[in-house]
Amino acid sequence: MDTIFIKEQRAFMTGNEVIAWAALAAGADIMYGYPITPQNEIMHYWTRLAPKYGRGFLQTEDELSAGFATLGGVMAGKKAFCATAGPGNVLMQEPISMAEMMRIPAVWFIQQRGGPSTATVIYSQQETRLTCFGGNGEGLRLVYSTATHQEIFDYTLKAFNHAWRYRFPTFVLGDGYQAKMREALTLYDPQTRGTQLQSTSPMLGVKGKVQHHRNTFNIEEELYETLSKHLAEWQQMAREVVEWSVSGDEEPDLLLVAHGVVSRATMAASKQLREKGYRVGHFRPITLRPFPITALQEIAGKSQQILVVESAHGQLMSLVRDALYGCSCAPVHGLLRPGLGITAEQVIRQAEELLPKRGYSGANHS
Amino acid sequence: MQIIHDRNPAMPKSWNRDSKPHRFCPGCGHGIFLKALGEVIDELGIAERTVFGCDIGCSLLAWDFFNVDSVQTHHGRTIPVVAGAKRANPELIVVAYMGDGGGYAIGAQHLVNAALRNEQITVLLANNSVYAMTGGQMAPTTLPGQKTGTTPYGRDPEATGQPTLGPEMVAAITSDRAYVARGTVANFPRLKRYVKQAIENQLAGRGFSFVEALSGCPTNWRTNAKQTWSYLDDEMTKYFPLGEIKVPKVSEEEQQ
Repeated sequence: MDTIFIKEQRAFMTGNEVIAWAALAAGADIMYGYPITPQNEIMHYWTRLAPKYGRGFLQTEDELSAGFATLGGVMAGKKAFCATAGPGNVLMQEPISMAEMMRIPAVWFIQQRGGPSTATVIYSQQETRLTCFGGNGEGLRLVYSTATHQEIFDYTLKAFNHAWRYRFPTFVLGDGYQAKMREALTLYDPQTRGTQLQSTSPMLGVKGKVQHHRNTFNIEEELYETLSKHLAEWQQMAREVVEWSVSGDEEPDLLLVAHGVVSRATMAASKQLREKGYRVGHFRPITLRPFPITALQEIAGKSQQILVVESAHGQLMSLVRDALYGCSCAPVHGLLRPGLGITAEQVIRQAEELLPKRGYSGANHS
Repeated sequence: MQIIHDRNPAMPKSWNRDSKPHRFCPGCGHGIFLKALGEVIDELGIAERTVFGCDIGCSLLAWDFFNVDSVQTHHGRTIPVVAGAKRANPELIVVAYMGDGGGYAIGAQHLVNAALRNEQITVLLANNSVYAMTGGQMAPTTLPGQKTGTTPYGRDPEATGQPTLGPEMVAAITSDRAYVARGTVANFPRLKRYVKQAIENQLAGRGFSFVEALSGCPTNWRTNAKQTWSYLDDEMTKYFPLGEIKVPKVSEEEQQ
């Protein structure tokens, strides 16, 4: 294999281009894709890079076919991946369900656009629930929500490694803003930083070994037994992969909670509010599935109020409420702007309405 | 005196004995179609590199039918699954096995586009004119006037269209490297010949191969043996002509 990055290099590029480079560095062999905005440039960059490095691509007739061909490619022993958005993500749930049932490790890139239905090609965080829990199953998935281009690169590498280590469908959940904007980052070969690439093994075509793979079951107990095993393994994975970041005051009057690119606005808001003298904390789930329940409970238990900020109408908020049920009395407020971008100023305005007047802040805690 | 066991043909080597007797209804055509495939796999000696894909509906009952690598999915997605596998590992001989509902209705786009791309795969489709496992509803291939669960007074072509002519459609859109035929489980030697041609076309790396087999479903047709045979042989063949519809051009180089 040709060396992709001889040494670490700085780059200034769009998120979609980052994904193509990162998939290359992660050892991806083949992409199966179908056009939908705003993920198209992943295919554009991949199809320019792939032939130079002996990698493959197939443009299929729809997302169903792209998803199922990805599973066929993985079963034949390749590191295959797929990318989609919006209504394409809806169709993609059918092959993803099969991946869950048959424990086929594949990586999906989701660049969220506005919904429901066709809606906008621009941006949203409205595919949070779909990406975590879509399909007719239990959401046995691993979902990373990135916030910066460096994270897109880092978590793509991680997604490929964790998909093949744990054998659950794995996602890098981005959005139209991350897809299209340019940002500086460092590209690198993961092996030079001591990360070994997870190897693949074919589920079909192994000499001297006949394998029957099915997702149909005859009796309830047979399915339950299989699912119980998968659930236990998913729980085990959850403990090992769950990620979050927490910052700001440790006993805040207001805890800001956001994921993905929105967390950049809430981080900036948190900083500015604290500079004004408010006691503010910040919590960001990095894995949305598994959700960092224990970590959120810990900080929420010390918070007076919680403000969930998202470009959706309560998808993250329902995850937060579910995690905190019975563990925290702090009221959970929402700054919910489905399909709209969110600025630090908007977060600050909402936060200042909720926070006790400056000067009194902290009096209750001293 | 007759010796019965001498008249019982041997089970193909590529069949998985542990899953026999198979799970299809008495009188079902799937067993005959899959026997043709089993004998072809044996004769060509390709069991080690064969991947058998089956779909939802009755075809899924074949998920462990063969002693070859198998994968089961649904909604005609068997075609993209095996096409994806073939693209990833061209050494594999891949077969997508499905019914008329999977291939001509819910998964029709996969059949059409895999055929158009000349995917190096073999698709075998059993046409029994009904959705069988779900209880005998109208299929794309239901004959005019045929009574089904959703056409209790008979299929009205004015309201629901004419039966799908799958091989004719595939023949119309494929390149001259494709192989397309329609056989019937009522004529085993001919069906087997078609299946063999279809696999050999993939082995030769020429391209897409498609065989439809007319197949009986006495359970949903509510027919006895004689009626089943008559419907299969006399009625279905009126709409679905038998024969090879497209035989690939073999280059001079390949002939030598």
